[in-house]
Amino acid sequence: MPDAILRGKAFKFGDNISTDLITPGRYTDLRSNLPELAKHVMEDADPSFAEKVKPGDFIVAGKNFGLGSSREHAPLVIKMSGVSAILAKSVARIFFRNAINQGLPVLICDTDQVDAGDEIEVNFSEGTVTVLTSGNRLTFSKMPQLMLDILSEGGLINYIARYGDFKF
Amino acid sequence: MGKTLSEGILDEKSGVDARAGDIVIAPIDFVFVQDTTGPLTVRQFQESAHKHLASPERTAVFLDHAVPSPARQLSNDHLFLRRFARETGCLIREGGNGICHQLVAEEFANPGDIIIGSDSHTVTAGALGAFATGMGSTDVAIALALGKTWFRVPESFKVAINGGFQKGVCAKDLVLYLIGTLGADGATYKALEFDGETVANMTMSQRMTISNMAVEAGAKVGLFATDGVTKEYLTAQGRRNKYKALCPDRDSDYEQVITVNAAELEPMVAMPHTVDNVAPAHTLAGVKIDQVFIGTCTNGRLEDLATAATILSNKKCHPDIRLIVAPASRQVFTAAMKAGYVQVLVTAGAILVPPGCAACIGLHQGVLGDNEVCLSTANRNFKGRMGNPESSIYLASPATAAASAITGEITDPRKML
Repeated sequence: MPDAILRGKAFKFGDNISTDLITPGRYTDLRSNLPELAKHVMEDADPSFAEKVKPGDFIVAGKNFGLGSSREHAPLVIKMSGVSAILAKSVARIFFRNAINQGLPVLICDTDQVDAGDEIEVNFSEGTVTVLTSGNRLTFSKMPQLMLDILSEGGLINYIARYGDFKF
Repeated sequence: MGKTLSEGILDEKSGVDARAGDIVIAPIDFVFVQDTTGPLTVRQFQESAHKHLASPERTAVFLDHAVPSPARQLSNDHLFLRRFARETGCLIREGGNGICHQLVAEEFANPGDIIIGSDSHTVTAGALGAFATGMGSTDVAIALALGKTWFRVPESFKVAINGGFQKGVCAKDLVLYLIGTLGADGATYKALEFDGETVANMTMSQRMTISNMAVEAGAKVGLFATDGVTKEYLTAQGRRNKYKALCPDRDSDYEQVITVNAAELEPMVAMPHTVDNVAPAHTLAGVKIDQVFIGTCTNGRLEDLATAATILSNKKCHPDIRLIVAPASRQVFTAAMKAGYVQVLVTAGAILVPPGCAACIGLHQGVLGDNEVCLSTANRNFKGRMGNPESSIYLASPATAAASAITGEITDPRKML
């Protein structure tokens, strides 16, 4: 697991946040210059996000987060922005694998219980999210063991470096 | 209990009894990258301890999204990918040959194959009965190195389509209708498996349009059983020996069965800014547009250009409209020239751009201005998709696009046929 307990502020987003909103296609020429690309993270969903986000904060979204393109730059620039985890009601398939492969947790829970700006705490060993502002406590769904193992290693490259193969 | 198409393919390839919900490791028959996700894939490959590709002869680099290159850094990305292809001995298809998914169908995909690509529309090859799905750069990098990856065996939705299309209605209208019904996340993690008499009568081009958009409902694959149409297509592409009969077991288990009566469908349009936001084209009459784009891995094939040429024959585009046409591949382009479609389209006012992704992803060849509206035959209308978050994109069939190019507003094509 990543650090067993994460704490930070919630940045709220709605449903269907596409990879085009996270990493707009018009910046494709920056994809081989990640620090520059990262300055535009979430730009078309919230143009001020990159300035406001602090290390350890959370993206808290509605359903189908990360739909669209397979561009792994999307979870990559979110991770580079310091976001420690994404909480969403549901997540698109390719984005989910990409985020875990980059060592960025995506936790599926009832994000209606979280408001913008709430301080929240994620406890991985308990599988819970506590909204410190309101006292609400949520549980997140368990992901497949293989994905947990990849996440524990900090991503797929590290996982394969360690095990040499997918282990079952 | 029998097996769905997805279970059957994953079962055979993984060598274990694959059932929906299981996680299996399966060898990859073909793996590819394109020019906007390829550079990160190659860097991840280089960061892994691996030096060699598992199967260079079954690995390809396609330059298609940014060709000819509109920017210095993208040109450098192309150089980087060309060098990777040279050093590893993998296949490369240079800019101008066409869109990766079209070339995968024309040259590489075979029934029963497992194909992964660093592009979400890799699902297109499901039309040929290949378990083809998009993944991100790191998954593809590891597949390049190991020649295999892990899959969660998807639950399947059977989509049973019966009845004949009305004139002016086609596969694109059907898939837009289906996504509108399922929702943009209605099939997340699932396999869509298409069946029914309408499907049996569909050309390969139409099947590809449907498989291509399976991902817009969240699906992992959009699969067709194989039949005479598959065999004919493979034969025409010089791969007759690769044909394999593939169909789901009769008693296979579907999580849902969705039935569609094709005869009741009307020309459909997806409205800004999600693909599931659909309405019949005639209800949007009067919506003014600035640009029409006919092309992409969804609808840039010969049949699509033929439809557009039929409607635009001896007509002119509306003076306020820019019509951009991009054939999906060189094969499509040369066939369209031979058939006279290119002559008709250009005479009607079309701007013809080279085979490739063109205006679809907002890089070049048709970036929209502030408050402009585009009607596109592509697969996505997300805010900002065509390069400007202050613009709007509607999605429709080639027939609706061509009819609308004449009138300058969204137009039901049935009145022009």
